[in-house]
Amino acid sequence: MDDPTSRSRFRPEATSKPREISVTLHVNGEQRTLAVAPWTTLLDALRDRLHLNGTKKGCDHGQCGACTVLIEGRRVNACLTLAVMKDGAHITTIEGLSADGALHPLQQAFIDHDAFQCGYCTPGQICSAAGLLAEGKAKTADEIRELMSGNICRCGAYPNIVAAIQQAMGAMGSKS
Amino acid sequence: MINFEYARARDVADAVRQISADPAATFIAGGTNLIDLMKYDVARPMRLIDITHLALKTVEETANGGLRIGALVPNSDLAYHPVVEKRYPLLSSAILAGASQQLRNMASTGGNLMQRTRCFYFYDVATPCNKREPGSGCSAINGINRINAILGTSEACIATHPSDMCVALAALEAKVHVAGPAGERAIAFAEFHRLPGDRPEVDTNLKADEIITAIELPARGFAANYSYLKIRDRLSYAFALVSVAAALELEGGRIKEARLALGGVAHKPWRNAEAEAALRGQPAKSDAFARAAEILLRDAKGFAHNAFKIDLARRAILRTLAQAANATPQIQSSKKIR
Ligand SMILES: Cc1cc2nc3c(=O)[nH]c(=O)nc-3n(C[C@H](O)[C@H](O)[C@H](O)COP(=O)(O)OP(=O)(O)OC[C@H]3O[C@@H](n4cnc5c(N)ncnc54)[C@H](O)[C@@H]3O)c2cc1C
Ligand code: SF4
Ligand code: FES
Ligand code: FES
Repeated sequence: MDDPTSRSRFRPEATSKPREISVTLHVNGEQRTLAVAPWTTLLDALRDRLHLNGTKKGCDHGQCGACTVLIEGRRVNACLTLAVMKDGAHITTIEGLSADGALHPLQQAFIDHDAFQCGYCTPGQICSAAGLLAEGKAKTADEIRELMSGNICRCGAYPNIVAAIQQAMGAMGSKS
Repeated sequence: MINFEYARARDVADAVRQISADPAATFIAGGTNLIDLMKYDVARPMRLIDITHLALKTVEETANGGLRIGALVPNSDLAYHPVVEKRYPLLSSAILAGASQQLRNMASTGGNLMQRTRCFYFYDVATPCNKREPGSGCSAINGINRINAILGTSEACIATHPSDMCVALAALEAKVHVAGPAGERAIAFAEFHRLPGDRPEVDTNLKADEIITAIELPARGFAANYSYLKIRDRLSYAFALVSVAAALELEGGRIKEARLALGGVAHKPWRNAEAEAALRGQPAKSDAFARAAEILLRDAKGFAHNAFKIDLARRAILRTLAQAANATPQIQSSKKIR
């Protein structure tokens, strides 16, 4: 190991395909066990294996937030998360936010404020906002904007998104 | 993404054993930089060693009044840690200036130090890049180099280190604790990252078989007079073109101790002892700030698209020092520069 750095690109000729690994994910309250290749991202596992297509793939590189889900209640980018690394984790996606058939206050607020146009970024926006409310760090509109900056909206629905989050914050009583 | 094997490390000794045994293996923590680079085929490890289960997740006060931060503490938890907010607000502020809350929730303290440059050509495997393929050439020197370095560059590479957190850690004179087959050692922050020289593929002085275990902050936190100002192409969720961490200790309007570190301008957080010495003993006023900026940027060299950074850095230094002196630090959620 005398050359510290060529490590990252050092690669002898093709290896045999590594074995799939069994992981158990608790998704929206349901226990799901599946075998995944080590390189399967959580985003691909949710969409392609568990058929939860609400979570969107925008950039696949951490740059847009469309893939935002909650892991143990914290918002993360599912596109930069490997499924094998989340064995045993509790994951909430947009499909799991509503309870007993009633919309989550954020979902209702996004409808009330027309906080979307095409809707592609919306599941990520709402999951991110759910994480933001749980964190309790944002109080003002400026703080909401800054702490929601990890969610890009190509349609530019930002003012309505901020208004929707403020409504939900009021409805739920901001936890801090 | 290319195929790779996945393994988990049980503890630090096991992680060191596994990394020493396999030269084609790489540690993974938050994954926010490594997985991105693997998707672009820039990083091609054959085995990932998952270190997220190691017990390196605590923030503890040390006997000498400092703080020891485990390498796996997420960036967001560190920024909002009550002791960090109170005693090291410069560090909190710098962390919150970087990435997004989702990414900060994932990113680890150790991974933040080890993140690689955002140079466009480093990411584009179709182009020559000495950092990615040693000896292939540098596409940035005569290419689109708006985001590249103005200080400490070499003919082989003009990349910058993209971290915000590290700029604050440099100003605070943190120490990096690492473990390897030969045992543990501590690296002064200024010695952790390297300049490119003729080996731009080597970012840091961490050895390939070593793991970062913790970052240690000294007792002095500059909580009264500090500021982190980040200038970028959009107001949030973008890397720095220029950033400045300033920390002062004042006594009767005069500067007793000064720290000044720049981000976005070099292959490592940039400090200059002479510039800081020029501030000491002076009234905390614009004359002294201008003199420090002049010394700091004396050897700056712009390229076709980034010469603007020299003037930008000068102004940002003046502004950040004034913010620190006036105890009106930049608030990251406020887009008005105070
Ligand atoms: C869209 C986007 C925007 C961003 N914006 C910013 C920004 O504005 N400012 C900023 O500062 N950062 C920014 N980041 C970068 C982010 O801060 C880093 O990706 C993150 O800090 C890396 O930490 P990680 O734990 O995810 O590292 P990983 O991706 O897991 O690892 C990165 C490298 O560190 C090595 N490593 C990890 N832990 C250790 C350890 N304990 N010991 C030894 N080696 C280790 C790994 O082997 C790997 O080579 C951004 C990232 C993205 C994707
Ligand atoms: S500046 Fe460095 S990272 Fe960018 S192309 Fe040149 S060698 Fe590669
Ligand atoms: S798809 Fe994950 S951030 Fe864009
Ligand atoms: S509603 Fe279209 S991207 Fe946000």
